[in-house]
Amino acid sequence: MRPFFYIFKGGNPLYIIEMRNITKSFPGIIANDDITLQLKKGEIHALLGENGAGKSTLMSVLFGLYYPEAGAIYKNGEPVQIQGPNDANRLGIGMVHQHFKLVHNFTVLENIVLGVETTRSGVLQMKEAREKVLALSKKYSFDIDIDKEVRHISVGMQQRVEILKMLYRENEILIFDEPTAVLTPQEIEALMQTMRDMAAEGKSILFITHKLDEIKQVADRCSVLRKGKMIGTINVAETTKEEMSEMMVGRKVLLSLDKEEASPGETIMSVRNLTQKGKAGEKDPLKKISFDVKAGEILCIAGIEGNGQTELVYALTGLKHIDGGQVTMEGVDITKAKIRKRTETGISHIPEDRHRHGLVLEYTLAQNTILQTYYKPTHQSMGFLKAREVIAYANRLIERFDIRAGEGADTPARAMSGGNQQKVILAREIDRDPKLLIAVQPTRGLDVGAIEYIHRQLLAQRDSGKAVLLVSLELEEVMNVSDRILVMYEGEIVADVNPKDVTFRELGLYMSGAKRMESGVAV
Amino acid sequence: MNRDAVMSFLSSLVVLAAGLLIGFIVLLVSNASASWEAFRTILTFGFSGIRNVGDVLLGATPIIMTGLSVAFAFKTGLFNIGATGQFAFGGLTAILIGTNFEGMPNGLRVLFALVAATTAGALWGAVPGLLKAFRNVHEVISCIMTNYIGMFLVTFLIDRYAFNPAIGKSQALPEGSNLPTLGFERIFREEFLPGFFRVSRVNAGIVIAVVVAVIIYIILEKTTFGYELKACGFNKDAAKYAGISQNRNIVASMMISGALAGLGGALLYMSGTESMGASNVLLPYGFTGISVAFLGLNHPVGIIFSGSLVSYLFLGGARTQVMGFSIEVVEIVISVIIYFCAFVFLVKTFLGKHIGKLLRRKGERGDGA
Repeated sequence: MRPFFYIFKGGNPLYIIEMRNITKSFPGIIANDDITLQLKKGEIHALLGENGAGKSTLMSVLFGLYYPEAGAIYKNGEPVQIQGPNDANRLGIGMVHQHFKLVHNFTVLENIVLGVETTRSGVLQMKEAREKVLALSKKYSFDIDIDKEVRHISVGMQQRVEILKMLYRENEILIFDEPTAVLTPQEIEALMQTMRDMAAEGKSILFITHKLDEIKQVADRCSVLRKGKMIGTINVAETTKEEMSEMMVGRKVLLSLDKEEASPGETIMSVRNLTQKGKAGEKDPLKKISFDVKAGEILCIAGIEGNGQTELVYALTGLKHIDGGQVTMEGVDITKAKIRKRTETGISHIPEDRHRHGLVLEYTLAQNTILQTYYKPTHQSMGFLKAREVIAYANRLIERFDIRAGEGADTPARAMSGGNQQKVILAREIDRDPKLLIAVQPTRGLDVGAIEYIHRQLLAQRDSGKAVLLVSLELEEVMNVSDRILVMYEGEIVADVNPKDVTFRELGLYMSGAKRMESGVAV
Repeated sequence: MNRDAVMSFLSSLVVLAAGLLIGFIVLLVSNASASWEAFRTILTFGFSGIRNVGDVLLGATPIIMTGLSVAFAFKTGLFNIGATGQFAFGGLTAILIGTNFEGMPNGLRVLFALVAATTAGALWGAVPGLLKAFRNVHEVISCIMTNYIGMFLVTFLIDRYAFNPAIGKSQALPEGSNLPTLGFERIFREEFLPGFFRVSRVNAGIVIAVVVAVIIYIILEKTTFGYELKACGFNKDAAKYAGISQNRNIVASMMISGALAGLGGALLYMSGTESMGASNVLLPYGFTGISVAFLGLNHPVGIIFSGSLVSYLFLGGARTQVMGFSIEVVEIVISVIIYFCAFVFLVKTFLGKHIGKLLRRKGERGDGA
C-alpha cells in the first residue's frame, strides 16, 4: 500500500514523521518488512501488534538505535538521517522506554536535566531548570516533588519523570513503549489524560501497546503490525476491538474466556501467618499472610509488581526460607521441607522468570522436559539417563501441547521463541499431574494466541479438580481467569474478593493501598 | 559433523594460527637469523620421528589429566585453578608409595599408588569445594591458597621422606613402581646406531588418560549425575528450582576434578622421567591444564587432542634450545601460542556471527541471480 506521492523525492509534508518502506532484519528474521508509518502532527497514534511483531524494532529505528537496511525517514517532508539517540533528540524525538532509564540516587530534578545541564564556568545552574520543570509539572498537573530521590518515588511517578524529561527537552514527537504495563488503573487513567493534554498542545504521540482498551480510549489512529509486516492503519473511532484484534492476530480471537462456575472442593494448600523479615532498614516483604487454596478453583494473587508476590511464591515453593508461619499441603506440614520434597507432595511451579528458574537454556527441549523428573525410574536406570525414553517423552509433550521448535526434541531451549519456551515449562509442570499448580505471570510477554492457550490450560487443570494459584499483574487476566482474587499490597493481603463482585476501579484502589478489607481476610 | 563442531574446530585453528604468528615474531626479535629454523622445528619436530611421537604422547598425559580436571569443574560452573595443588598432592602420594611398600608385589603397588594418588587429589580438591558450598568462599581464592599450602607441604614431605640429596629432588622410583610400558618401547624407538635404540618412555599413562577422558564424557553426557552437574553449571537457579542440591554437586564436582588432577600427578611421576622438586615452585601442569581445557572447548575428547597439541609444541620448543634459544624464550613463545588459545570462545562467537552472515548473503545473492 504505497501512497500515490511516492514518485516525489521528498516526503509528504502533511506528516510530522514519515517512515517509508523501512526494512530491518536480524539473523533468521525480518523484523520490519517494508513498513510505512505516517504520524500526523498532534495525533495520538497507536502501534498495535503481538510480541515479536516488530513494534519495538520500528521504534528503535526511529530513535536511532538500529539502522535499517532499506527505507527512509522524513520529518515534515524533509529526509532526515537518524544515526543514534542524539540525532533523534535533536529532531525532537523523545522516548519513554518500557524499563525506565533513570539514575536512582539522583533527585527528580537532577534526572530531568541530566545530559542537558546548564553550567556557568563548570558550575551547575539549577535555578532556571527548576523553574522550567516546576512550570511544566504544574501545566500537566503532575503532583510531583522534584527534590525527592527517584528511588523513593512510585513507579507511576517515575514514569512522570520520564515524561518531564521529554517535555523539558521540548521534544515534539513522543514515543511511549508499553507505558501502562506497570501502572494501576488510576495511574493509567491519569496517563491517558496527560497524553490527551499533550496532543492538544500539538505534540505528536506514538503509543506502543497490545491493549485494545487503551487504544479505544485514547488513540486517534492505529497502525497494526503482524510478523514484521504493516497490516494497515485505521481510524480508531470507526473500528471495533474485535476487528483490531483480528488484524493483530490474523484470525478471530475470543477476547473473553467462557468458563463454567468453579466448584471448589477440599483444601489443598493452607498458608498461615507466613512472615518474612526484610533486611535492616527495609520493609518486611511478607507480613502474616494466610489463605487456603482449594481443589477445583483458580485463586489469583493480584497486585502491583514488588508487593511481595515473588517472595510469597518463593516461600511456598521453598526457594527461600521464611521467618515465621506455616505451610501445609493436604494437612502435611511442609514449612521446612526442601524443594524436591515439596515438588513430590504434588506442587507444580511455573516460575515468574522462565529464563532464570524455568529452563536451562543450554539444554535441549528434551532435557528441559525432564528437569523435575530426571531421577524417576521412567527416565533413568542405574544412574544412566534413558536417552530414547527421554526423547520419546519429549515428543509426546511436543505433540500434546503443540510446542513448535525447529529441531524438535533436540532444539536448544535458547533457540526457541518465548511462547514455546513457556509451553515447555507448562507441559512439564502439568504433565507431572500435580495437585496444586502455582503459575506466576504465566503469560508475561506472550502474544494473544499463546495467552489464550495458556488460560485454557489453566482452566482445564481447574476443571480436572486441581488447585491453581495464579499470580498475575495483568488486571484483565485476573478478572478473566480467576474464581477468587486476593490483592497483595506491601506484603499483606488487603482484599479477598470474587471477580464478579468487583470492578477494575475497585481492584485498582486495593492494589494501590488506597482501600483495604479489614475483617475476615482470606481465610 | 554439525555446524557447531565445525565452528569449534575452525576457531581453534584460527587462534592457533594467530598464536603461531605472534610466537614467530618473538623468535624473530630474539634471534632473527635462527628464527625460521626454530619456528619450523616447533611446528614439525614432534612428528619428525616415531620416538618423538611417543614423547608427545608422554608429555600429553599429565596435561590431558589436568585439562580434564579443569573442564570437569568448569561444566559445573566452577573454576578449578587448584589443579596444580591437587596434581602435586597426587604426585607426592605416588612417590611416597612407590619408594616405600617394597614388600608389595609390583602390580599391586602400582595400582595402590594410582588409587591413593587419585584419592589424595580428591581430598585436596574437596577443601575448596566444601568452603564454597558451606561458607560461600569463592573457589578461586581458596584454590590459590590450597595450591600454596600444597606446594609447601609437598616440599616438606619430600624433604623428609623421599629426598635424593644428589639431585636435590625426590628419589627416583624403583623400576617396578613405574607404570607398565605395554610394549610401547618396541614401537616408539629409533635406531641411531645399529642395534642401539633411543626409546621413548611413553607408557600406560596415555592409555589411562584416554580411557579416563571417555569415562568423563560418559559421566557428563549420559548419567543423571552429569545432568545435575551441568544443570548447576549452566543455570544454578534453575537447578535449585528443580530441587537439585547445589552444595552436594559443588563438593562432588571439586572432588572429581581434584581426583583427575591427582591421578595426573601419579601418571607423571610414575613414568620414570621426572622427579619432584623440593624447591618451593608451583608446578606448571595445573595452569597448562587451564589452557588445554579451553583449547579443547571443555570437551573431554577435545582435550585429548588439545593436550597432545600443547605437548607437541613444548617438545618442538624445547628442541630449539640446540639453536641457541634460551629456555625462557621458548617458554614465552609457547605461552603466547597458548595465550591466544584462550580467545577461542571469542573467536567462535565471532565466526558464528560473521560466517553465518556471509553464508546468508551468498544465499541471498544466489536467490537474486
